[in-house]
Amino acid sequence: MATNLNFEDWLALTQLYADYASAVDSGNWDLWPEFFTDDCVYRLQPRENHERGFPLATLSFTSKGMLKDRVYGIKETLFHDPYYQRHIVGTPIVRSAQRDRFDCEANYAVFRTKLSDASTVFNVGRYLDTVLRTPAGLRFASRECIYDSEMIPNSIIYPI
Amino acid sequence: MSDTPTVFPTEVRWENDGPSRIPFLTYTSDELYKRELERFFYRKHWCYVGLEAEVPNPGDFKRTVVGERSVIMVRDAQGGINVVENVCAHRGMQFCRERHGSRKEFVCPYHQWSYTLKGELQGVPFRRGVKQDGQVHGGMPADFKTSEHGLTTLKVATRGGVVFASFDQDVESFEDYLGPTILGYFDRLFDGRKLKLLGYNRQRIPGNWKLMQENIKDPYHPGLLHTWFVTFGLWRADNKSQLRMDERHRHAAMISTRGSAGKAAEVTQVSSFKETMQLHDPSFLDIVPEAWWKGPTAVMTTIFPSVILQQQVNSVSTRHIQPTGHGSFDFVWTHFGFEDDSEEMTQRRLRQANLFGPAGFVSADDGEVIEFSQRAFETKPFHRTLAELGGREVENTEHMVTETLIRGMYRYWREVMED
Repeated sequence: MATNLNFEDWLALTQLYADYASAVDSGNWDLWPEFFTDDCVYRLQPRENHERGFPLATLSFTSKGMLKDRVYGIKETLFHDPYYQRHIVGTPIVRSAQRDRFDCEANYAVFRTKLSDASTVFNVGRYLDTVLRTPAGLRFASRECIYDSEMIPNSIIYPI
Repeated sequence: MSDTPTVFPTEVRWENDGPSRIPFLTYTSDELYKRELERFFYRKHWCYVGLEAEVPNPGDFKRTVVGERSVIMVRDAQGGINVVENVCAHRGMQFCRERHGSRKEFVCPYHQWSYTLKGELQGVPFRRGVKQDGQVHGGMPADFKTSEHGLTTLKVATRGGVVFASFDQDVESFEDYLGPTILGYFDRLFDGRKLKLLGYNRQRIPGNWKLMQENIKDPYHPGLLHTWFVTFGLWRADNKSQLRMDERHRHAAMISTRGSAGKAAEVTQVSSFKETMQLHDPSFLDIVPEAWWKGPTAVMTTIFPSVILQQQVNSVSTRHIQPTGHGSFDFVWTHFGFEDDSEEMTQRRLRQANLFGPAGFVSADDGEVIEFSQRAFETKPFHRTLAELGGREVENTEHMVTETLIRGMYRYWREVMED
Protein backbone atom coordinates (compact mmCIF):
# COMPACT_ATOMS: atom_id res chain seq x y z
CA MET A 1 0.00 0.00 0.00
CA ALA A 2 1.34 3.39 -0.97
CA THR A 3 2.10 5.54 2.09
CA ASN A 4 2.08 8.92 0.38
CA LEU A 5 -1.61 8.96 -0.44
CA ASN A 6 -3.63 11.86 0.92
CA PHE A 7 -7.20 11.51 2.06
CA GLU A 8 -8.65 13.55 -0.76
CA ASP A 9 -7.10 11.29 -3.40
CA TRP A 10 -8.15 8.17 -1.50
CA LEU A 11 -11.71 9.42 -1.40
CA ALA A 12 -11.63 10.21 -5.11
CA LEU A 13 -10.23 6.77 -5.92
CA THR A 14 -12.81 4.86 -3.88
CA GLN A 15 -15.54 7.00 -5.46
CA LEU A 16 -14.18 6.12 -8.92
CA TYR A 17 -14.39 2.41 -8.13
CA ALA A 18 -17.89 2.72 -6.72
CA ASP A 19 -19.06 4.87 -9.64
CA TYR A 20 -17.69 2.38 -12.16
CA ALA A 21 -19.50 -0.54 -10.50
CA SER A 22 -22.69 1.44 -10.35
CA ALA A 23 -22.39 2.42 -14.03
CA VAL A 24 -21.75 -1.06 -15.43
CA ASP A 25 -24.63 -2.46 -13.38
CA SER A 26 -27.05 0.27 -14.44
CA GLY A 27 -27.82 -0.97 -17.95
CA ASN A 28 -26.89 2.44 -19.33
CA TRP A 29 -23.91 1.19 -21.31
CA ASP A 30 -22.97 4.61 -22.67
CA LEU A 31 -21.68 5.55 -19.21
CA TRP A 32 -18.93 2.93 -19.41
CA PRO A 33 -16.44 4.43 -21.94
CA GLU A 34 -16.48 7.74 -20.08
CA PHE A 35 -14.49 6.24 -17.21
CA PHE A 36 -11.50 5.88 -19.53
CA THR A 37 -8.89 8.09 -21.19
CA ASP A 38 -8.94 8.36 -25.00
CA ASP A 39 -6.00 6.00 -25.55
CA CYS A 40 -6.96 3.65 -22.76
CA VAL A 41 -6.42 -0.08 -22.46
CA TYR A 42 -9.27 -2.36 -21.38
CA ARG A 43 -8.65 -6.07 -21.19
CA LEU A 44 -10.73 -9.00 -19.98
CA GLN A 45 -8.31 -11.88 -19.64
CA PRO A 46 -8.41 -15.37 -18.16
CA ARG A 47 -6.01 -15.74 -15.26
CA GLU A 48 -4.28 -18.65 -16.99
CA ASN A 49 -3.21 -16.50 -19.95
CA HIS A 50 -2.10 -13.71 -17.62
CA GLU A 51 0.02 -15.96 -15.41
CA ARG A 52 1.53 -18.02 -18.23
CA GLY A 53 2.46 -14.94 -20.24
CA PHE A 54 0.05 -15.60 -23.11
CA PRO A 55 -1.10 -12.33 -24.67
CA LEU A 56 -4.59 -13.46 -25.73
CA ALA A 57 -7.47 -11.76 -23.95
CA THR A 58 -11.18 -12.50 -24.17
CA LEU A 59 -11.66 -8.82 -24.98
CA SER A 60 -8.76 -6.48 -25.68
CA PHE A 61 -9.45 -2.84 -26.45
CA THR A 62 -6.84 -0.14 -26.93
CA SER A 63 -8.88 3.03 -27.29
CA LYS A 64 -12.00 4.67 -25.97
CA GLY A 65 -13.33 4.33 -29.52
CA MET A 66 -13.19 0.54 -29.20
CA LEU A 67 -15.18 0.75 -25.97
CA LYS A 68 -17.82 2.78 -27.80
CA ASP A 69 -17.86 0.14 -30.55
CA ARG A 70 -18.43 -2.48 -27.88
CA VAL A 71 -21.34 -0.47 -26.48
CA TYR A 72 -22.83 -0.33 -29.98
CA GLY A 73 -22.31 -4.09 -30.22
CA ILE A 74 -24.12 -4.70 -26.94
CA LYS A 75 -27.01 -2.46 -27.91
CA GLU A 76 -27.36 -3.19 -31.62
CA THR A 77 -25.41 -6.11 -33.05
CA LEU A 78 -24.95 -8.91 -30.50
CA PHE A 79 -27.93 -11.20 -30.04
CA HIS A 80 -27.99 -12.32 -26.42
CA ASP A 81 -30.26 -13.41 -23.64
CA PRO A 82 -30.91 -10.30 -21.56
CA TYR A 83 -29.53 -10.34 -18.04
CA TYR A 84 -28.84 -8.14 -15.05
CA GLN A 85 -25.38 -7.98 -13.61
CA ARG A 86 -24.22 -6.86 -10.18
CA HIS A 87 -20.62 -6.04 -9.28
CA ILE A 88 -19.24 -6.35 -5.77
CA VAL A 89 -15.87 -4.62 -5.76
CA GLY A 90 -13.40 -4.75 -2.89
CA THR A 91 -11.52 -1.80 -1.50
CA PRO A 92 -8.69 -0.91 -3.87
CA ILE A 93 -5.11 -1.55 -2.89
CA VAL A 94 -3.03 1.41 -4.04
CA ARG A 95 0.30 -0.06 -5.10
CA SER A 96 1.86 3.25 -5.99
CA ALA A 97 0.73 6.85 -5.84
CA GLN A 98 2.41 9.53 -7.89
CA ARG A 99 1.22 13.07 -8.40
CA ASP A 100 -1.10 12.30 -11.33
CA ARG A 101 -1.01 8.54 -11.51
CA PHE A 102 -2.15 5.69 -9.26
CA ASP A 103 -1.52 1.99 -9.74
CA CYS A 104 -4.26 0.04 -8.00
CA GLU A 105 -5.80 -3.40 -7.67
CA ALA A 106 -9.17 -4.56 -6.45
CA ASN A 107 -10.97 -7.88 -6.18
CA TYR A 108 -14.33 -8.14 -7.86
CA ALA A 109 -17.21 -10.57 -8.18
CA VAL A 110 -19.98 -10.23 -10.73
CA PHE A 111 -23.32 -11.95 -10.30
CA ARG A 112 -25.55 -12.62 -13.27
CA THR A 113 -29.30 -12.79 -13.01
CA LYS A 114 -31.28 -13.90 -16.02
CA LEU A 115 -34.88 -12.82 -16.13
CA SER A 116 -37.07 -14.98 -13.87
CA ASP A 117 -34.05 -17.02 -12.86
CA ALA A 118 -31.74 -17.37 -9.87
CA SER A 119 -28.69 -15.15 -9.41
CA THR A 120 -25.42 -16.98 -10.07
CA VAL A 121 -21.74 -16.18 -9.68
CA PHE A 122 -20.75 -15.09 -13.17
CA ASN A 123 -17.21 -13.77 -13.21
CA VAL A 124 -14.72 -13.43 -10.36
CA GLY A 125 -11.29 -11.88 -10.49
CA ARG A 126 -9.28 -8.76 -9.85
CA TYR A 127 -8.80 -5.45 -11.55
CA LEU A 128 -5.26 -4.29 -12.32
CA ASP A 129 -5.57 -0.58 -12.92
CA THR A 130 -3.68 2.53 -13.83
CA VAL A 131 -5.64 5.65 -12.92
CA LEU A 132 -4.68 9.10 -14.19
CA ARG A 133 -5.65 12.50 -12.88
CA THR A 134 -7.21 14.41 -15.77
CA PRO A 135 -8.90 17.83 -15.95
CA ALA A 136 -12.21 15.97 -15.90
CA GLY A 137 -11.29 13.95 -12.79
CA LEU A 138 -9.78 10.50 -12.29
CA ARG A 139 -9.93 8.21 -15.33
CA PHE A 140 -8.70 4.72 -16.12
CA ALA A 141 -5.72 4.71 -18.47
CA SER A 142 -5.72 0.97 -18.13
CA ARG A 143 -8.09 -1.54 -16.60
CA GLU A 144 -7.28 -5.23 -16.85
CA CYS A 145 -9.89 -7.64 -15.53
CA ILE A 146 -7.99 -10.83 -14.74
CA TYR A 147 -10.63 -13.45 -14.06
CA ASP A 148 -10.44 -16.72 -12.14
CA SER A 149 -13.73 -17.93 -13.65
CA GLU A 150 -11.99 -19.27 -16.72
CA MET A 151 -14.89 -21.47 -17.79
CA ILE A 152 -17.28 -18.77 -18.93
CA PRO A 153 -20.95 -19.70 -18.52
CA ASN A 154 -21.67 -19.49 -22.25
CA SER A 155 -20.98 -15.85 -22.99
CA ILE A 156 -20.01 -12.46 -21.63
CA ILE A 157 -21.80 -9.58 -23.29
CA TYR A 158 -21.74 -6.62 -20.89
CA PRO A 159 -18.64 -4.88 -19.56
CA ILE A 160 -16.98 -6.28 -16.43
CA MET B 1 -49.82 -32.22 -37.50
CA SER B 2 -53.40 -32.61 -36.33
CA ASP B 3 -53.08 -35.56 -33.97
CA THR B 4 -50.93 -34.99 -30.91
CA PRO B 5 -47.85 -37.19 -31.12
CA THR B 6 -46.06 -38.69 -28.16
CA VAL B 7 -44.07 -35.77 -26.79
CA PHE B 8 -41.33 -37.96 -25.31
CA PRO B 9 -40.61 -40.79 -27.74
CA THR B 10 -38.01 -43.42 -26.84
CA GLU B 11 -37.07 -44.34 -30.42
CA VAL B 12 -35.64 -41.81 -32.82
CA ARG B 13 -37.90 -41.49 -35.87
CA TRP B 14 -36.80 -39.70 -39.04
CA GLU B 15 -39.55 -38.26 -41.23
CA ASN B 16 -37.95 -39.57 -44.40
CA ASP B 17 -34.93 -41.49 -45.66
CA GLY B 18 -32.82 -38.37 -45.96
CA PRO B 19 -30.96 -36.33 -43.34
CA SER B 20 -32.74 -33.02 -43.85
CA ARG B 21 -35.20 -33.25 -40.94
CA ILE B 22 -33.27 -33.91 -37.79
CA PRO B 23 -35.23 -35.28 -34.82
CA PHE B 24 -34.92 -33.21 -31.64
CA LEU B 25 -34.39 -36.54 -29.87
CA THR B 26 -30.89 -36.83 -31.39
CA TYR B 27 -29.95 -33.86 -29.17
CA THR B 28 -31.78 -34.90 -26.01
CA SER B 29 -31.38 -38.66 -25.59
CA ASP B 30 -28.77 -39.90 -23.12
CA GLU B 31 -28.82 -43.28 -24.78
CA LEU B 32 -28.01 -41.87 -28.21
CA TYR B 33 -25.38 -39.61 -26.68
CA LYS B 34 -23.60 -42.60 -25.17
CA ARG B 35 -23.73 -44.37 -28.50
CA GLU B 36 -22.24 -41.26 -30.11
CA LEU B 37 -19.39 -41.25 -27.61
CA GLU B 38 -18.79 -44.92 -28.35
CA ARG B 39 -19.01 -44.71 -32.13
CA PHE B 40 -17.66 -41.23 -32.91
CA PHE B 41 -15.28 -40.34 -30.10
CA TYR B 42 -13.88 -43.70 -28.99
CA ARG B 43 -13.91 -45.87 -32.13
CA LYS B 44 -12.75 -45.37 -35.72
CA HIS B 45 -12.31 -41.59 -35.36
CA TRP B 46 -9.45 -39.23 -34.62
CA CYS B 47 -10.02 -36.60 -31.95
CA TYR B 48 -8.14 -33.34 -31.48
CA VAL B 49 -5.96 -33.11 -28.39
CA GLY B 50 -3.78 -30.05 -28.95
CA LEU B 51 -0.86 -28.33 -30.59
CA GLU B 52 2.74 -29.48 -30.36
CA ALA B 53 3.61 -25.91 -29.38
CA GLU B 54 1.74 -26.49 -26.11
CA VAL B 55 4.33 -29.07 -25.05
CA PRO B 56 7.59 -27.74 -26.52
CA ASN B 57 10.08 -29.53 -24.23
CA PRO B 58 10.59 -33.12 -23.04
CA GLY B 59 8.38 -33.75 -20.02
CA ASP B 60 5.88 -31.00 -20.91
CA PHE B 61 2.29 -32.13 -20.68
CA LYS B 62 -1.23 -30.84 -21.15
CA ARG B 63 -4.34 -32.45 -19.71
CA THR B 64 -7.33 -32.51 -22.02
CA VAL B 65 -10.11 -34.89 -23.08
CA VAL B 66 -11.09 -37.26 -25.85
CA GLY B 67 -14.87 -37.35 -25.68
CA GLU B 68 -15.49 -37.36 -21.93
CA ARG B 69 -12.32 -39.31 -21.10
CA SER B 70 -9.45 -37.46 -19.46
CA VAL B 71 -6.16 -37.80 -21.36
CA ILE B 72 -2.67 -36.34 -21.12
CA MET B 73 -0.67 -35.20 -24.11
CA VAL B 74 3.00 -35.42 -23.14
CA ARG B 75 6.35 -35.06 -24.87
CA ASP B 76 8.77 -37.82 -23.87
CA ALA B 77 12.54 -37.67 -23.43
CA GLN B 78 13.06 -38.63 -27.07
CA GLY B 79 10.87 -35.73 -28.20
CA GLY B 80 7.93 -37.89 -29.27
CA ILE B 81 4.32 -37.01 -28.47
CA ASN B 82 2.36 -39.51 -26.40
CA VAL B 83 -1.25 -39.44 -25.37
CA VAL B 84 -2.17 -41.56 -22.33
CA GLU B 85 -5.40 -41.90 -20.46
CA ASN B 86 -5.46 -40.13 -17.09
CA VAL B 87 -6.66 -43.20 -15.18
CA CYS B 88 -4.30 -45.10 -12.90
CA ALA B 89 -4.05 -48.79 -13.81
CA HIS B 90 -4.42 -49.69 -10.14
CA ARG B 91 -7.53 -48.14 -8.62
CA GLY B 92 -8.62 -46.02 -11.52
CA MET B 93 -7.95 -42.59 -10.10
CA GLN B 94 -7.54 -39.59 -12.41
CA PHE B 95 -4.08 -38.99 -11.02
CA CYS B 96 -3.13 -35.86 -12.97
CA ARG B 97 -4.89 -32.77 -11.67
CA GLU B 98 -2.73 -29.99 -13.11
CA ARG B 99 -3.92 -28.66 -16.45
CA HIS B 100 -0.39 -28.36 -17.77
CA GLY B 101 3.15 -28.70 -16.47
CA SER B 102 6.37 -30.65 -16.82
CA ARG B 103 7.24 -34.06 -15.32
CA LYS B 104 9.94 -36.72 -15.55
CA GLU B 105 7.36 -39.40 -14.77
CA PHE B 106 3.72 -39.68 -13.73
CA VAL B 107 2.99 -40.79 -10.17
CA CYS B 108 -0.48 -41.55 -8.89
CA PRO B 109 -0.68 -39.95 -5.43
CA TYR B 110 -3.02 -42.64 -4.08
CA HIS B 111 -0.56 -45.58 -3.91
CA GLN B 112 2.40 -44.06 -5.73
CA TRP B 113 2.27 -46.26 -8.78
CA SER B 114 4.59 -44.59 -11.22
CA TYR B 115 4.62 -44.51 -15.00
CA THR B 116 7.04 -43.38 -17.68
CA LEU B 117 6.00 -40.55 -19.98
CA LYS B 118 5.09 -43.26 -22.52
CA GLY B 119 2.63 -44.71 -20.01
CA GLU B 120 4.60 -47.82 -19.00
CA LEU B 121 4.21 -48.92 -15.40
CA GLN B 122 7.62 -48.69 -13.76
CA GLY B 123 7.08 -48.79 -10.02
CA VAL B 124 4.64 -50.47 -7.62
CA PRO B 125 5.37 -49.87 -3.91
CA PHE B 126 5.61 -53.09 -1.85
CA ARG B 127 5.37 -55.13 -5.01
CA ARG B 128 7.54 -57.83 -3.39
CA GLY B 129 5.90 -57.42 0.00
CA VAL B 130 7.37 -56.29 3.31
CA LYS B 131 9.92 -58.37 5.19
CA GLN B 132 9.21 -58.72 8.87
CA ASP B 133 10.66 -61.24 11.35
CA GLY B 134 12.19 -63.24 8.49
CA GLN B 135 8.88 -63.50 6.68
CA VAL B 136 7.60 -61.71 3.58
CA HIS B 137 4.16 -60.25 4.04
CA GLY B 138 1.88 -59.31 1.20
CA GLY B 139 3.13 -58.09 -2.13
CA MET B 140 1.66 -58.57 -5.57
CA PRO B 141 1.07 -62.11 -6.86
CA ALA B 142 4.13 -63.78 -8.39
CA ASP B 143 2.60 -63.65 -11.86
CA PHE B 144 1.98 -59.88 -11.72
CA LYS B 145 3.69 -58.24 -14.67
CA THR B 146 4.21 -54.48 -14.78
CA SER B 147 4.22 -54.71 -18.58
CA GLU B 148 0.54 -55.69 -18.46
CA HIS B 149 -0.53 -52.73 -16.35
CA GLY B 150 0.54 -49.59 -18.08
CA LEU B 151 -1.72 -46.60 -18.69
CA THR B 152 -4.07 -46.87 -21.63
CA THR B 153 -2.16 -45.36 -24.51
CA LEU B 154 -3.84 -43.79 -27.49
CA LYS B 155 -2.77 -43.92 -31.08
CA VAL B 156 -1.29 -40.54 -32.00
CA ALA B 157 -1.14 -38.62 -35.26
CA THR B 158 0.74 -35.35 -35.62
CA ARG B 159 0.62 -33.21 -38.72
CA GLY B 160 1.72 -29.62 -39.19
CA GLY B 161 2.12 -29.17 -35.43
CA VAL B 162 -1.38 -30.42 -34.57
CA VAL B 163 -1.96 -33.54 -32.45
CA PHE B 164 -4.85 -35.95 -32.84
CA ALA B 165 -5.39 -39.16 -30.88
CA SER B 166 -7.59 -42.23 -30.96
CA PHE B 167 -8.44 -44.95 -28.44
CA ASP B 168 -8.90 -47.20 -31.48
CA GLN B 169 -5.53 -48.71 -32.42
CA ASP B 170 -7.04 -49.89 -35.72
CA VAL B 171 -8.23 -46.47 -36.84
CA GLU B 172 -7.33 -45.56 -40.42
CA SER B 173 -4.46 -43.13 -41.01
CA PHE B 174 -5.16 -39.49 -40.17
CA GLU B 175 -4.63 -38.58 -43.83
CA ASP B 176 -7.19 -41.14 -45.01
CA TYR B 177 -9.50 -40.02 -42.23
CA LEU B 178 -9.55 -36.45 -43.53
CA GLY B 179 -9.54 -37.39 -47.20
CA PRO B 180 -7.62 -35.43 -49.85
CA THR B 181 -9.93 -32.40 -50.11
CA ILE B 182 -10.12 -31.57 -46.40
CA LEU B 183 -6.47 -32.52 -45.93
CA GLY B 184 -5.67 -29.83 -48.49
CA TYR B 185 -7.39 -27.18 -46.37
CA PHE B 186 -5.76 -28.57 -43.23
CA ASP B 187 -2.31 -28.28 -44.84
CA ARG B 188 -3.07 -24.78 -46.09
CA LEU B 189 -3.32 -23.59 -42.47
CA PHE B 190 -0.75 -25.93 -40.93
CA ASP B 191 1.87 -25.77 -43.65
CA GLY B 192 4.85 -26.77 -41.50
CA ARG B 193 5.67 -23.39 -39.99
CA LYS B 194 6.14 -23.60 -36.24
CA LEU B 195 3.11 -22.37 -34.35
CA LYS B 196 3.26 -19.70 -31.66
CA LEU B 197 0.72 -20.14 -28.87
CA LEU B 198 -1.22 -16.93 -28.08
CA GLY B 199 -3.55 -18.25 -25.38
CA TYR B 200 -6.91 -19.78 -24.47
CA ASN B 201 -10.56 -18.94 -24.08
CA ARG B 202 -12.99 -21.38 -22.47
CA GLN B 203 -16.76 -21.44 -22.39
CA ARG B 204 -19.38 -23.95 -21.27
CA ILE B 205 -22.29 -24.00 -23.67
CA PRO B 206 -25.50 -25.66 -22.48
CA GLY B 207 -26.32 -27.39 -25.74
CA ASN B 208 -25.67 -30.67 -27.50
CA TRP B 209 -22.14 -30.94 -28.94
CA LYS B 210 -23.39 -31.51 -32.50
CA LEU B 211 -24.91 -28.03 -32.55
CA MET B 212 -21.43 -26.51 -32.62
CA GLN B 213 -20.43 -28.69 -35.57
CA GLU B 214 -23.65 -27.60 -37.26
CA ASN B 215 -22.99 -23.94 -36.48
CA ILE B 216 -19.79 -24.09 -38.52
CA LYS B 217 -21.44 -26.17 -41.25
CA ASP B 218 -24.10 -23.52 -41.61
CA PRO B 219 -23.04 -20.66 -43.91
CA TYR B 220 -26.64 -19.40 -43.88
CA HIS B 221 -26.53 -17.76 -40.44
CA PRO B 222 -23.30 -15.67 -40.38
CA GLY B 223 -24.60 -13.04 -42.78
CA LEU B 224 -27.85 -12.85 -40.83
CA LEU B 225 -27.10 -13.32 -37.14
CA HIS B 226 -23.75 -11.53 -37.19
CA THR B 227 -24.12 -7.86 -38.12
CA TRP B 228 -20.37 -7.34 -38.31
CA PHE B 229 -19.98 -10.02 -40.96
CA VAL B 230 -22.63 -8.67 -43.25
CA THR B 231 -21.97 -4.96 -42.74
CA PHE B 232 -18.22 -5.18 -43.26
CA GLY B 233 -18.44 -7.78 -46.03
CA LEU B 234 -16.50 -10.42 -44.08
CA TRP B 235 -19.05 -13.16 -44.63
CA ARG B 236 -22.22 -12.73 -46.58
CA ALA B 237 -24.39 -14.32 -49.20
CA ASP B 238 -22.89 -12.43 -52.14
CA ASN B 239 -19.29 -13.36 -51.32
CA LYS B 240 -17.51 -15.77 -53.65
CA SER B 241 -17.53 -19.04 -51.80
CA GLN B 242 -17.33 -22.81 -51.93
CA LEU B 243 -18.51 -25.59 -49.66
CA ARG B 244 -16.48 -28.79 -49.64
CA MET B 245 -16.81 -32.14 -47.88
CA ASP B 246 -14.84 -35.35 -47.61
CA GLU B 247 -16.27 -38.42 -49.33
CA ARG B 248 -18.20 -39.51 -46.26
CA HIS B 249 -19.52 -35.97 -45.63
CA ARG B 250 -18.41 -35.90 -42.01
CA HIS B 251 -15.81 -33.14 -42.38
CA ALA B 252 -16.31 -29.91 -44.26
CA ALA B 253 -14.72 -26.64 -45.28
CA MET B 254 -16.56 -23.38 -45.83
CA ILE B 255 -14.38 -21.23 -48.05
CA SER B 256 -15.14 -17.59 -48.64
CA THR B 257 -13.48 -14.56 -50.16
CA ARG B 258 -14.32 -11.18 -48.74
CA GLY B 259 -16.33 -9.07 -51.14
CA SER B 260 -17.23 -5.47 -51.01
CA ALA B 261 -18.64 -4.10 -47.83
CA GLY B 262 -21.67 -1.89 -48.06
CA LYS B 263 -24.82 -2.02 -50.09
CA ALA B 264 -26.01 -4.74 -52.42
CA ALA B 265 -29.64 -5.49 -53.11
CA GLU B 266 -29.40 -9.18 -52.09
CA VAL B 267 -28.05 -8.52 -48.63
CA THR B 268 -29.35 -5.12 -47.59
CA GLN B 269 -32.78 -6.65 -47.16
CA VAL B 270 -31.51 -8.46 -44.09
CA SER B 271 -32.32 -6.61 -40.91
CA SER B 272 -28.85 -7.07 -39.45
CA PHE B 273 -27.25 -5.07 -42.27
CA LYS B 274 -26.48 -1.59 -40.97
CA GLU B 275 -25.64 0.71 -43.81
CA THR B 276 -24.58 3.65 -41.72
CA MET B 277 -22.63 1.67 -39.13
CA GLN B 278 -19.08 2.89 -38.77
CA LEU B 279 -16.50 1.84 -36.25
CA HIS B 280 -15.11 4.46 -33.90
CA ASP B 281 -11.88 2.52 -34.10
CA PRO B 282 -11.41 0.74 -37.45
CA SER B 283 -8.27 -1.06 -36.24
CA PHE B 284 -10.57 -4.00 -35.27
CA LEU B 285 -10.60 -4.70 -38.99
CA ASP B 286 -7.02 -3.87 -39.90
CA ILE B 287 -6.80 -6.81 -42.28
CA VAL B 288 -3.56 -7.62 -44.08
CA PRO B 289 -3.64 -10.47 -46.63
CA GLU B 290 -1.11 -13.26 -46.09
CA ALA B 291 0.56 -15.34 -48.80
CA TRP B 292 -0.52 -18.68 -47.31
CA TRP B 293 -4.20 -17.79 -47.74
CA LYS B 294 -3.81 -18.37 -51.50
CA GLY B 295 -6.91 -16.29 -52.05
CA PRO B 296 -9.74 -17.07 -49.63
CA THR B 297 -10.08 -14.67 -46.70
CA ALA B 298 -11.89 -17.22 -44.54
CA VAL B 299 -11.79 -20.99 -44.37
CA MET B 300 -13.75 -22.63 -41.57
CA THR B 301 -13.04 -26.35 -41.35
CA THR B 302 -15.05 -28.79 -39.28
CA ILE B 303 -13.16 -31.97 -38.42
CA PHE B 304 -15.75 -34.41 -37.15
CA PRO B 305 -16.40 -34.90 -34.29
CA SER B 306 -14.10 -32.85 -32.10
CA VAL B 307 -12.63 -29.70 -33.58
CA ILE B 308 -13.10 -26.63 -35.72
CA LEU B 309 -10.18 -24.96 -37.46
CA GLN B 310 -10.68 -21.25 -37.83
CA GLN B 311 -9.15 -18.88 -40.32
CA GLN B 312 -11.11 -15.64 -40.39
CA VAL B 313 -8.87 -13.08 -42.07
CA ASN B 314 -5.81 -12.77 -39.78
CA SER B 315 -7.32 -14.58 -36.81
CA VAL B 316 -6.54 -18.30 -36.56
CA SER B 317 -7.52 -20.75 -33.84
CA THR B 318 -8.56 -24.27 -33.03
CA ARG B 319 -11.88 -24.72 -31.25
CA HIS B 320 -12.10 -27.96 -29.31
CA ILE B 321 -15.54 -29.47 -28.65
CA GLN B 322 -15.53 -31.36 -25.33
CA PRO B 323 -18.91 -32.98 -24.68
CA THR B 324 -20.08 -33.19 -21.05
CA GLY B 325 -23.44 -34.93 -21.37
CA HIS B 326 -26.15 -34.80 -24.01
CA GLY B 327 -27.03 -31.19 -23.23
CA SER B 328 -23.69 -29.47 -22.67
CA PHE B 329 -20.16 -29.13 -23.94
CA ASP B 330 -17.05 -27.19 -23.10
CA PHE B 331 -15.65 -25.17 -25.96
CA VAL B 332 -11.94 -24.42 -25.75
CA TRP B 333 -10.37 -21.90 -28.10
CA THR B 334 -6.62 -22.01 -28.69
CA HIS B 335 -5.43 -18.96 -30.60
CA PHE B 336 -2.06 -19.12 -32.26
CA GLY B 337 0.19 -17.41 -34.75
CA PHE B 338 3.27 -18.48 -36.65
CA GLU B 339 6.90 -18.34 -35.67
CA ASP B 340 7.74 -15.93 -38.51
CA ASP B 341 4.99 -13.44 -37.59
CA SER B 342 6.17 -9.89 -37.07
CA GLU B 343 5.19 -8.21 -33.80
CA GLU B 344 2.75 -6.16 -35.85
CA MET B 345 1.09 -9.32 -37.20
CA THR B 346 0.88 -10.83 -33.71
CA GLN B 347 -0.87 -7.68 -32.47
CA ARG B 348 -3.21 -7.80 -35.48
CA ARG B 349 -4.18 -11.43 -34.74
CA LEU B 350 -4.81 -10.50 -31.10
CA ARG B 351 -6.91 -7.48 -32.06
CA GLN B 352 -9.02 -9.49 -34.50
CA ALA B 353 -9.51 -12.10 -31.76
CA ASN B 354 -12.03 -9.59 -30.33
CA LEU B 355 -14.44 -10.86 -32.96
CA PHE B 356 -14.24 -14.43 -31.66
CA GLY B 357 -14.55 -16.39 -28.43
CA PRO B 358 -17.10 -16.26 -25.61
CA ALA B 359 -17.41 -12.45 -25.77
CA GLY B 360 -16.59 -11.99 -29.45
CA PHE B 361 -18.51 -9.63 -31.72
CA VAL B 362 -19.41 -12.48 -34.10
CA SER B 363 -19.18 -15.49 -31.75
CA ALA B 364 -20.79 -14.73 -28.40
CA ASP B 365 -24.20 -15.00 -30.02
CA ASP B 366 -23.47 -18.47 -31.46
CA GLY B 367 -23.33 -19.87 -27.93
CA GLU B 368 -26.58 -18.08 -27.14
CA VAL B 369 -28.52 -19.50 -30.10
CA ILE B 370 -27.23 -23.00 -29.32
CA GLU B 371 -28.44 -22.69 -25.71
CA PHE B 372 -31.93 -21.70 -26.80
CA SER B 373 -32.16 -24.36 -29.49
CA GLN B 374 -31.32 -27.00 -26.90
CA ARG B 375 -33.85 -25.44 -24.51
CA ALA B 376 -36.62 -26.04 -27.04
CA PHE B 377 -35.44 -29.54 -28.02
CA GLU B 378 -35.76 -30.69 -24.41
CA THR B 379 -39.40 -29.61 -24.22
CA LYS B 380 -40.64 -31.54 -27.28
CA PRO B 381 -38.21 -34.20 -28.46
CA PHE B 382 -40.79 -35.69 -30.87
CA HIS B 383 -40.26 -32.70 -33.18
CA ARG B 384 -37.45 -32.06 -35.68
CA THR B 385 -35.33 -29.28 -37.13
CA LEU B 386 -35.40 -28.42 -40.80
CA ALA B 387 -32.21 -28.19 -42.88
CA GLU B 388 -33.55 -27.91 -46.41
CA LEU B 389 -32.07 -24.65 -47.66
CA GLY B 390 -30.59 -25.43 -51.07
CA GLY B 391 -32.63 -28.64 -51.37
CA ARG B 392 -32.48 -32.02 -49.68
CA GLU B 393 -29.34 -33.31 -51.36
CA VAL B 394 -25.80 -33.58 -50.07
CA GLU B 395 -23.34 -31.98 -52.46
CA ASN B 396 -20.41 -29.60 -52.73
CA THR B 397 -21.48 -26.16 -53.91
CA GLU B 398 -20.05 -22.94 -55.34
CA HIS B 399 -22.22 -20.77 -53.11
CA MET B 400 -23.25 -20.60 -49.48
CA VAL B 401 -27.02 -20.34 -49.68
CA THR B 402 -27.47 -23.92 -48.56
CA GLU B 403 -27.53 -26.23 -45.54
CA THR B 404 -25.96 -29.08 -47.47
CA LEU B 405 -23.08 -29.54 -45.01
CA ILE B 406 -25.49 -30.14 -42.13
CA ARG B 407 -27.31 -32.71 -44.26
CA GLY B 408 -23.96 -34.29 -45.07
CA MET B 409 -23.09 -34.66 -41.41
CA TYR B 410 -26.45 -36.26 -40.62
CA ARG B 411 -26.23 -38.60 -43.56
CA TYR B 412 -22.96 -39.80 -42.02
CA TRP B 413 -24.50 -39.81 -38.53
CA ARG B 414 -27.28 -42.08 -39.75
CA GLU B 415 -24.84 -44.41 -41.50
CA VAL B 416 -22.84 -44.89 -38.33
CA MET B 417 -25.58 -44.73 -35.70
CA GLU B 418 -28.13 -46.92 -37.49
CA ASP B 419 -25.55 -49.58 -38.37
